[in-house]
Amino acid sequence: MSVAEQPRVEAPPWTATLNEWTATVDHKKIGLLYICMSVVFLVVAGVEALLMRWQLIVPRNTFLSPQIFNQMFTMHGTTMVFFVGMPILIGIGNFVVPLQIGARDMAFPRLNALGFWVTLFGGLLVYFSFLTGSAPDFGWFAYAPLTERTFARGPAADFWSLGLIVSGIGTVTAAVNFVATILGMRAPGMRLWKIPFFSWTILWTSVQILLALPPLTAALFMVVFDRQLGAHFFDAQTGGSSFLWQHLFWFFGHPEVYILILPGFGMIAEVIPVFSRKVLFGYEFMAAATMAIVFISMGVWAHHMFCVGMSRTLDLYFAGASLLVSIPTGIKMFNWLATMYGGKLWLASPMLFACGFLSLFLIGGLTGIMLAAAPFDFQLSDSYFVVGHFHWVLIGGTLFATFAGLHYWYPKATGRMLSERIARWQFFLLFVGFIVTFGPMHIAGMLGMPRRIYTYDANRGWDIWNQLATVGGLIQAPSYLLFVYNIIVSLWKGRPAGDNPWDAWTLEWATTSPPPPYNFEEIPTVHSRRPLWDLRHPDDPDWQYE
Amino acid sequence: MSGELLKPPAIVPYRGPSASQWGMLAFLLSEVAFFSTLIMVYLVFLGADSQDGGRGGPTPAGVLSLGLVIGTTICLLSSSATIHLAERALRQGEETAFRLWWMATIVLGVGFLAGTAYEWRELIAHGLTVRRNLFGTTYYTLVGFHGVHVTVGVIVMLIVQVLALRRQITARNPHGVELVSWYWHFVDGVWVVVFAVVYVVGR
Repeated sequence: MSVAEQPRVEAPPWTATLNEWTATVDHKKIGLLYICMSVVFLVVAGVEALLMRWQLIVPRNTFLSPQIFNQMFTMHGTTMVFFVGMPILIGIGNFVVPLQIGARDMAFPRLNALGFWVTLFGGLLVYFSFLTGSAPDFGWFAYAPLTERTFARGPAADFWSLGLIVSGIGTVTAAVNFVATILGMRAPGMRLWKIPFFSWTILWTSVQILLALPPLTAALFMVVFDRQLGAHFFDAQTGGSSFLWQHLFWFFGHPEVYILILPGFGMIAEVIPVFSRKVLFGYEFMAAATMAIVFISMGVWAHHMFCVGMSRTLDLYFAGASLLVSIPTGIKMFNWLATMYGGKLWLASPMLFACGFLSLFLIGGLTGIMLAAAPFDFQLSDSYFVVGHFHWVLIGGTLFATFAGLHYWYPKATGRMLSERIARWQFFLLFVGFIVTFGPMHIAGMLGMPRRIYTYDANRGWDIWNQLATVGGLIQAPSYLLFVYNIIVSLWKGRPAGDNPWDAWTLEWATTSPPPPYNFEEIPTVHSRRPLWDLRHPDDPDWQYE
Repeated sequence: MSGELLKPPAIVPYRGPSASQWGMLAFLLSEVAFFSTLIMVYLVFLGADSQDGGRGGPTPAGVLSLGLVIGTTICLLSSSATIHLAERALRQGEETAFRLWWMATIVLGVGFLAGTAYEWRELIAHGLTVRRNLFGTTYYTLVGFHGVHVTVGVIVMLIVQVLALRRQITARNPHGVELVSWYWHFVDGVWVVVFAVVYVVGR
């Protein structure tokens, strides 16, 4: 735990620093690059969201034109899913997984660097469309035939498709790397069922990426072929099928939301035991539930398509399969609660966000079960209820879990503690702002407000709910700025963290903070899921019980 | 129990596939998902052109020549055998045999590509283009993406061949060669499915 006095050294020239970060193949630096990129895109997409909320604050507002409004919701959705959600999780995975499993780096360090740069340039490619006069304006799921030449005349749809193809390649390389690292490079003694839970969820997220991302890539190529080569995949007027695009997109799109939530589950499953001072309750069931979620969620995609008019049989199947996902998810929920039960709770910032996650994700899950029932979905599909629901799981779930993880591992990455005071302000502003933003959306949806409309009439009864949502957005905004301020200022002002500030038990806390480039002086040997506990309590090690 | 140190159970060393092998398997899994999508789309649109309101134009039965494609298929399938022989030769330390079998694999791969190029020229002469109808759209996409994979395989094998000639790949480091051969077997396996779907069932 001792922190050595750093000798004064000449600061390297800025070109050396730049070179060090752009040419790096170190998994920790690449992980931090992923996270920084995602935070920048988070702010950009957040501004897009605020512009939309400002447009909707009063009926018949003229702040944004309909054209700009369409571009805003398209870019907001695309950015948040592809350039914030996935890269921030891959970034945290990149930083944490090799440390957690006792490896010196990822299996393919250069492929890892390629993955990051390709993801970044894919994002820039999508944003270049602004320079051509118009960003894409067909929504993040880009329903055909809106992406066809007839309707998307400018090059925006091409930038969008090519950008997602490029960043998709980056995502697949990251998944290949995770699978190879986690299955082939674990510390001696770390058998498959002794993998720390976050790494376990990253493994299964990667499997899901491998199965779900390539179909999207294939479908995006088809869009490009339709537009550039005159192919006929998705244009119904020339014999193609826009229905097919929906199947292909959601075959990716639904597993995608589990790609976004599983690492969140993993982070929560790291934070809750450490801050309850107890072993994770029911590790085996949690691990099996993760696998069950992966496999079940590969077969539920068409619950996004109930209103298309599939057959009764398909409606029944997809509704039933979607409801099944709630069983393994419920197992996880109860296991987290059981881990906390009787524990010695320590409400530091990671645990605050974890508790926020537990309470909010539960509600998002329940509205998900409501929407999985086909007759209910017939009424509320494409309404603000759906917008409320998926923001509830993606922010209340993924984002709260991500903040829990970022606050948990920041001391490891930088050697400094974040300011707890700012973190608390950030948490409460986000918690309150989030509920005020997305709660009213459910009600506006039930009152009939469709999603993606740029304005509405005053006599609908939607005004108050939209005003609340906008106010909520304004409460949330400073919370993100506080976070950015906190992670930057704490680099200098933060209290030195020491190796293991949370007294945690997994291998990443066995090395220094920040870890040396080679991670461990000597690769550790593992006998249980809590190697640091075993080290401290040789008279009562965990491996006796596992 | 305090006082006496408990002895943990002995560590069982890991004997599974190496990280590189897991990486290649993971990559091939993603390729399975990619080609499954293309094949599925081919099947969805099979016969759509000749239905009422379809685009008409060349049909699989009308323009696909089975004789030529059986030739290219034999090229590709026998290349799986030659790459296996090459890999075995390398493991047994027969580096000359390895380079010969490896070169044979490259030649067979190029033969497949040449056959495909000839086939496409004939098809275009018959009026089958990407634009013409759904058969053209889906056929060129599926067979084209497979052809891209064969091309990538040939390029990688050429790189290996150059490295082998410079004695940088020898019997002491056969692991990269093994992974390339897995990829090549996979590309051949995909062709078996494409052949069955496009030239047998779809015709």
